Amino acid sequence: MDAATEERLLALIEDITGEPAIREERDIDLFEEGLFDSMAAIELLVALESEFGVSIAPTEVEREEMNTVNLIIERVGERL
Amino acid sequence: MNFYVDPAFFVLAAVAAVPAVVLGMREKPLFGYTLAVSAAFLVLLFVYDWMQGAFFALFLVLATVLFLWVQRLFAHDSPRAVPLYRIALAGTLAPLVVYKVAAVFDGNLLGFMGISYLTFKAVQVLIETRDGLIKDMSVVDYLAFLVFFTPFTSGPIMRSRPFVERAHAPLPRPEYADGLATGILRFLLGAVYKFVFAALCSWAQWFVPEVIGSGSLLHSFGSEVAIAFFYGLYLFFDFAGYSLMAIGLAAAFGVDVPRNFNMPFLSVDIKDFWNRWHITLSHWLRDFVFMRFSRACMQRKLFKSRTTTACMGYLLNMTIMGFWHGITIDYVAYGFYHGALLALCELFQKTKFYRAHKSARWLKAVSWGVTMIAVFIGFSLFSGQISRLVLGG
Repeated sequence: MDAATEERLLALIEDITGEPAIREERDIDLFEEGLFDSMAAIELLVALESEFGVSIAPTEVEREEMNTVNLIIERVGERL
Repeated sequence: MNFYVDPAFFVLAAVAAVPAVVLGMREKPLFGYTLAVSAAFLVLLFVYDWMQGAFFALFLVLATVLFLWVQRLFAHDSPRAVPLYRIALAGTLAPLVVYKVAAVFDGNLLGFMGISYLTFKAVQVLIETRDGLIKDMSVVDYLAFLVFFTPFTSGPIMRSRPFVERAHAPLPRPEYADGLATGILRFLLGAVYKFVFAALCSWAQWFVPEVIGSGSLLHSFGSEVAIAFFYGLYLFFDFAGYSLMAIGLAAAFGVDVPRNFNMPFLSVDIKDFWNRWHITLSHWLRDFVFMRFSRACMQRKLFKSRTTTACMGYLLNMTIMGFWHGITIDYVAYGFYHGALLALCELFQKTKFYRAHKSARWLKAVSWGVTMIAVFIGFSLFSGQISRLVLGG
């Protein structure tokens, strides 16, 4: 994934969580920290589809495989 | 024969588990044997009630035909796949809806033991076929998934993809043995939960002195609270106990049945509670109702804010859960009540106050206390205690 796309993705996650620290803390479990819930997950999936053209069904990826910033970048990278 | 109730069930389950353990320890495939055992147990389940058995067979035929149809539609990229898929979805849900509506009029139409749970499993397969996650599931795998006997009557609700994956890849001996050992412990713990603790709570509930109409208001309030408390504990030990037995027994057949309870009485808020109580039900609804509904709302920009979408989603999700339990005032009120609690929790957690104090110990403690009171009031709605007090009877 190129730097510009990664930056757009980080901006999106920051916007959904409302927490700038996610840019640094890329391996924390977003659900565990209370930064993400089912609603935030759906917001992310909808935005990924409309802004990145990446479509992921709600049960396609296990939560443990997409619960940190780095894992989200990885999952999106696989599909770009 | 009632599963996990009749002594014969336990004897037969133990007997059926022996060849499974022999096969499992020798790393042999368990799929065929498990399917045969499941079929035999389902015959025993319905043998004394041929009508239920007939409804079950009807459901199985209907669901299988619709599943094969939908799978074909998407495999051939049919332009009408999505609208036809919706018809198939409605068809799969129809027996459950008819059964629940007929129950309102005290009749049994299309109902059989396990229909609520079977419907969830069949619907999951359809939705995931539409999402492109299930492409070439065979009829035998589909049937084996639906009829697997240990969680058949009351869950935990399994998902088809992990089930099929496991069914065709026998576990290495150490992993199977590990699972079996944990499974035996879980089964025994479940039996203690159900036959000791749940029984004690149910006994304690009836032991609370009846003072309605005689004692002071405070006294009768106290005894109602005690009844609600013991009923809540009873519900937990009974259902968590049953779930542990279903999970433990499945391990003998090399099947991984997901956890249904995770210390629900430690929940610090109501969202936390639904990640700990009847987990496979709440996660099923989360994945296939809540997330779909909120996604549709966002794509169509139905509500201005994210919070409104979430609140509407919670209300819809949990009200459906209420209806799924049964179309009675008590169950529907229970569902709506939990939807409202989740919406309130969502609103509270968006406040500046919450964000500033969310890590504070005192807030966690207060939040735990409020959550427990709300949860036990919920149980009391579920049991019909509240409608009895309000409406009389």
